[in-house]
Order: sequence, then C-alpha cells, then structure tokens
Amino acid sequence: MGSTVKSLQGQHHELADSSFQLKVLQAPSRQGNRFPDFAMQLQTHDLYPLQPTGTTILQVNVGKMCNQTCRHCHVDAGPDRKEIMTRDTMQLCLDALQLSPQITTVDLTGGAPEMNPDFRWFVEELSKLGRQVIVRCNLTIILANKKYHDLPAFFRQHSVHVVSSLPYFQASRTDAQRGDGVFEKSVKALQLLNGVGYGMEGSGLLLDLVYNPSGAFLPGSQASLEAEFRRRLRGGYQIEFNSLFCITNLPVSRYLDYLVQSGNYDSYMEKLINAFNPVAAAGVMCRNTVSVGWDGYLYDCDFNQMLDLKVAHGAPQHIRDFDATALDQRDIVLNQHCYGCTAGAGSSCGGETVK
Amino acid sequence: MNNTYYNPADLAKFGKISELQPEMGRKFFDYYEEVFKEGALTEREKALIALAVSHAVQCPYCIDAYSSECLQKGADENQMMEAVHVAAAIKGGAALVHGVQMMNKIKELTM
Repeated sequence: MGSTVKSLQGQHHELADSSFQLKVLQAPSRQGNRFPDFAMQLQTHDLYPLQPTGTTILQVNVGKMCNQTCRHCHVDAGPDRKEIMTRDTMQLCLDALQLSPQITTVDLTGGAPEMNPDFRWFVEELSKLGRQVIVRCNLTIILANKKYHDLPAFFRQHSVHVVSSLPYFQASRTDAQRGDGVFEKSVKALQLLNGVGYGMEGSGLLLDLVYNPSGAFLPGSQASLEAEFRRRLRGGYQIEFNSLFCITNLPVSRYLDYLVQSGNYDSYMEKLINAFNPVAAAGVMCRNTVSVGWDGYLYDCDFNQMLDLKVAHGAPQHIRDFDATALDQRDIVLNQHCYGCTAGAGSSCGGETVK
Repeated sequence: MNNTYYNPADLAKFGKISELQPEMGRKFFDYYEEVFKEGALTEREKALIALAVSHAVQCPYCIDAYSSECLQKGADENQMMEAVHVAAAIKGGAALVHGVQMMNKIKELTM
C-alpha cells in the first residue's frame, strides 16, 4: 500500500523550493500589509536573540520517504522521495550521543522512519545507549507490508515511545488530511499497538496521539480535545492511548501550498500573529532540541530543516562535528513560520508548551 | 462607505466598539470571556450553542466566528448541522406555535 499522490517535488511545484517558500512567508498580504516580523515580536518581549536553554532532545529525521502523502506535510514526504539517512550518518548520531549524556531523548521522524532500511538497527543501538527513543509512527505503515506487521512487538522490545498522528476521531477529516482509507487503517494499527500493551494502563508502554487541525484553523484546548478523543476512540473502537498532543500546522511546504491554494494564507497568518503568546515563545522546543537532517546537517527544528535554514553560522553545522556545549551558545534561526509555535498555548512536537 | 451592510473584515474590529463607551465595552467583553470558559458545559458545547444561536439571530459575523470556533474545539460536522437544526426547529416552532393564537382568533370571530 502506498499513496499515489506526488510530492510537491515530484510535481516540480514552485513551493518544493525552500527559497520560494521563504519568499512567500516574507511577502505582504494581498491587501499589501506587512505581517509583523517574528524576530521583532521576540525583541518586544526580551526574548531576542532566542537561545537554547540546554539541549536534551536530538530529533533525527531519517528520511523523507513515506507511504502516505498527507496534505499538511511540512516535509513534503511521500513514496516518491528518496532521501534516506545512511547507516554511516546514523553512526555519527550515535557517536554524538555518546559524547552528550545530557541528551536523554532521541526523537525519530521522517517520512515514515520505519521505511529506512537501517531503522531497526538504529533503534537497537540507541536502546543500548540507554536513551529514550521516540518514534513518530504514522500508524498505516504497520499494515502497509508484511515486513512491518511486527513493528508493535519491535517497539515493545525496545520500550519505544510511540507518537502517532491521528487528526480526528472520524474518517472524514482524517482521510481529507492523510488520504483515503487512512482512518480505518489507523484504527486497526492502534488496536494492534493496544494488543501488545501500548497505551494500556500499567504497561509502561507509551502511546501518544498527535492532533493537527484538518484545515485552516488552530487547535483548541489540548485537555478538552484529549477528553473528546478518548471518549470517541474508546466508545467507538475500544482504543486506549496515553496523551493527545495538539500541534499547530506551520505554514511550510504542503500546508503552505494548501493555505495559498485555498485562499486562507493571509487569514491563517493573521490568526497565528493575533494569537502570539510570549509565554509560549519562551517555551518553544528549539530551545531544548537539535534537529538532524537525513544527510547529517543540523537545524534548530524540523521546520527549519525543511526550509533549509541550518543552525547559525559559528555553531557546528554537521553531526560529525556535534558539540552540545557549542550548540547551546547559538542564536536560533527565526522566520515568519515560527509564529506557528507561539500561538495560543504554544505548539511543539510534544504538544502544547504552556501548561 | 461600503456598499454592503456586512463586511467580513469588520468582525476583527469587534473590540473597537469599546472606543465610544470604554466602560460598558470592557464589562461586556469581560462577561463574554467568562461565559465561554469551560464550566458546567464544555467549551465545545458552548461553541455549538453559540453556533445555533448565531443562526437563529441570523448574524453573519457570529456564523463565521462560531463555525471556526466549533472546528477549533473539535466539534464534528454532524454536531454542527444538528445545532443548526435545533435553531431551525425553535425558529420554526416559534412561528407555528402562534398558529394556536390564530386558531383562537378564528374561533372568536367565526360562527
């Protein structure tokens, strides 16, 4: 099983080019108004330059290949993307981690990270290092091919923390965002994960869900949505999970394309800007995370990675030169998409940042 | 001057009503904020009620605002349309129940 929808890159779309995306983000609205500069907003709240508070998470994007082509994907991932992290680069990540005991969590993302041929080897090695491993599993990969059917057992064996996207508790909005039939397959995959203990009380096996709005609106309160998801998934499908993370869609790549195509770009940017919250800005995830690209280059976050905004000059640029102390001195690279992480209760790969 | 009574851009200017009467404006918006907080009813239930009322009072600004709000709070399309039907049933019922008044009058005036 795999999506037949082409990535922006596969379509030779102008938004496949990160410099064109940055041009769109910097452009004025259709009314000719300039959106307030994000860095200036931080300056107003004494948060500029934005600097790390200490790196504890290494987020590793092991490749852009995916069995799905979700409409909101900031990676522009899909079956036609061939960028994949090699075992040599994974080894460089392991070497960096060995020198950095303060990094307690390794967050694996993609694409579908499980499609990287060295994925299991990497998880095993990370596990040996005693780090908490998070896998951002799109759920349908478990059912995509026989070779992935044992993933729940593999995850359990290495106490992997599974974080899975499920934008809604019904097929309509889930499939609109992630592709036809994705909801049904996601439900089956969640039941399989529950079957080996994930999300079940007392198992110690964490299964968290990620909610991204399926459209041009912001996420509501995480606690309220979590309660509704629990009620609907338990009642309708006997599915259990630990927490729901609400993540705001950032205007990057395919979500940016959706906003522009649907005529929602200006109003969405206005929503993000009007919802700017300095408390959320102080707690953004780029302050405790370093993101590694499939080719080993370093970024402040996965969004900057997709916009080709590498960590600031002067800081180590590649995983082979990783130095957590030097990286903790850097200024974080900002742009207009950063408004996505500072709106309302904030947004990060772990959900809301304002508790 | 606009050549229509309703301009979508005016919705974002709602707060400006306080400019001509700050004290009453402040009291209204404080009250408004309090009303929509999670309480005995969830924020989602309140947004659905607001959506129904928006249709009953036929306020385009409110329909715009509370359609977005309902989506944001996680309401589904069926819930939203059912809320609109509740408004329609009450509006329709309100018209029809006056039929009793009409029937009383018929009785009064006819042999």
